[in-house]
Amino acid sequence: MNKPAMPNSFRTGPDEQGMFGIFGGRFVAETLMPLILDLEEQWNKAKNDPEFKAELQNLSTHYAGRPSKLYFAEGLTKHLGGAKVYFKREDLNHTGSHKINNCLGQILLAKRMGKKRIIAETGAGQHGVASATVAARFGYPCVVYMGATDVARQSPNVFRMKLLGAEVRPVTAGHGTLKDAMNEALRDWVTNVEDTYYLIGTAAGPHPYPELVRDFQSVIGSEARAQMLEQEGRLPDVIIAAVGGGSNAIGLFHPFLDDKDVRIIGVEAGGRGLDGVEHCASMNAGKPGVLHGNRTYLLQNADGQILDGHSISAGLDYPGVGPEHSWLRDSGRVQYEPILDDEALEAFQLTTRVEGIIPALESAHAIAHAMKIVPKMDKDQLVIVNLSGRGDKDVHTVAKMLGMEI
Amino acid sequence: MTTRIDRRMAKLKAEGRPALVTYIMGGDPDYDTSLSIMKALPVSGSDIIELGMPFSDPMADGPAIQAAGLRALKGGHTLARTLKMASDFRAGDDETPIVLMGYYNPIYIYGVDRFLADAKASGIDGLIVVDLPPEMDEELCIPALKAGVNFIRLATPTTDDKRLPKVLENTSGFVYYVSMTGITGSALADTAKVSAAVTRIKGHTALPVCVGFGVKTAEQARVIGASADGVVVGTAIVNAIANVLGPKGEKTADPAEAVATLVSGLAQGVRAARLAAAE
Repeated sequence: MNKPAMPNSFRTGPDEQGMFGIFGGRFVAETLMPLILDLEEQWNKAKNDPEFKAELQNLSTHYAGRPSKLYFAEGLTKHLGGAKVYFKREDLNHTGSHKINNCLGQILLAKRMGKKRIIAETGAGQHGVASATVAARFGYPCVVYMGATDVARQSPNVFRMKLLGAEVRPVTAGHGTLKDAMNEALRDWVTNVEDTYYLIGTAAGPHPYPELVRDFQSVIGSEARAQMLEQEGRLPDVIIAAVGGGSNAIGLFHPFLDDKDVRIIGVEAGGRGLDGVEHCASMNAGKPGVLHGNRTYLLQNADGQILDGHSISAGLDYPGVGPEHSWLRDSGRVQYEPILDDEALEAFQLTTRVEGIIPALESAHAIAHAMKIVPKMDKDQLVIVNLSGRGDKDVHTVAKMLGMEI
Repeated sequence: MTTRIDRRMAKLKAEGRPALVTYIMGGDPDYDTSLSIMKALPVSGSDIIELGMPFSDPMADGPAIQAAGLRALKGGHTLARTLKMASDFRAGDDETPIVLMGYYNPIYIYGVDRFLADAKASGIDGLIVVDLPPEMDEELCIPALKAGVNFIRLATPTTDDKRLPKVLENTSGFVYYVSMTGITGSALADTAKVSAAVTRIKGHTALPVCVGFGVKTAEQARVIGASADGVVVGTAIVNAIANVLGPKGEKTADPAEAVATLVSGLAQGVRAARLAAAE
């Protein structure tokens, strides 16, 4: 009785105001308003333009290497002894993660809009690398804002960005993580409104970013759905993805939202546990608030001050989440579960040993949840885990956690 | 409905001079000091007070105001304490308008209706909420107007003639023209461009237009005040406070006195504005 009526489709949002229910919106300074209205207009034109779609398709195939494979993880399946586990291999994309999908789409938008300069924020550095890559490919100067803590723990990616010609600006405010990098990128954008395109890496921020990032990432789920139908003749029982801002997750989830028999699970960073403040489980332990241009679940105190959070994974180290995830949480369509640092670390090691695949620590969170539920499932059931990125960038962090020197 | 802002602006218009609008961060560096600074503002010649509500993630602010907010939060300041500060100030001054300035989330978490009731009771006259553009008017702007609190909107160099009517539609009290695209505390824009923008906005509204972002000296206040109805100074005041704080936040001089000295100079600047313009 008290549950809100289920919508006919979970795939129709956002509305014209950029809202997913009470989430999303355009909470930005007036200086930026004309820019995001312009972006929305250009995006609406581009998404229906066959030429734009063809160019993106061409780059996705020949530059990024799409479609990515749907791989039956036989070693992990045997080890867990339950449902069949498939990995959606976004780690095999050019630049090593799903981030390239969104960056290719947005760089084409930037080109269409006649922008001259690209800025981006990054946590793990995956989006920074993908942004620097497309900026190099299309000949744009690129500035990447990255928290100072993340610069230290993701040094291989920092070096890659520099090789690609991007300028990496470390941000020392706060804990020096993704939230602080996003603040600084917004400050740059509000200053350089004339020529700058802000290439947001996650499905968050003011409308239309959550929508357009989702649409560029939905290629993950569209491919996975078709591949599963081809390889197994039916849809999966469960799909799982890690959620920081939530771009790889919404990309996998969105094409499955109206397949009501597919159970969908987003995995949040549980850090050192949800009892304290050292986690990033905004949907399990936060409440709705307004930050970075949208209303969404946020880690915050009783005065509405945003907390820094903690995760072993720089890509999940964000106190908020994309607004569509908040809506999917409240509507009950997607279940969001926390995974602790230690559990992710264990999944990281296990996957490396039994599959010969080093997953990104972000993706290791999704695998860790699969490790919990797969053994309890039937052998003929099917699970897709989004392997959103490769873990080469994380070897320093993992070595440190394991007390090894490299 | 007339508010203290309307009355003050009308009075200054009759006097033929622009308003000096001064910004301080509530609770910076601590409650008592901040209250003493606030009390010093009208005495030194400030006409309207903007009282900053600290926020952990001030996306439109430069390093000076970011640091001021962090000092306040570190000292345990909250939105409730900012309202208490306004209320304590009101006990001794029922004339000087107070405008709260900050970001939406602390207000949203406090609860919009409860916030407006408490703000009104604390003697707050207006609100400037940086991350609430007209597209989000249902959130706070409309409820504030119903509650009799002015909602002061920012207009910026990117707000063109096509968009201005939307920005002005539910604005009251005054219009805050942001002199440049950028964050608080940056260098002042070309003053000729600023006056042209003020003239452009005045073509769309009868409301007073105050100009801020980048005004630091009495001379700049005088030049901007020649065309604007008010001059807003923030970062320079916040810096005057920071300058008398040691590395551990200890006071090396009286912050209220440092602010008073600066504001007196700025007040002379705005008072000279129209004299100079008339020459």
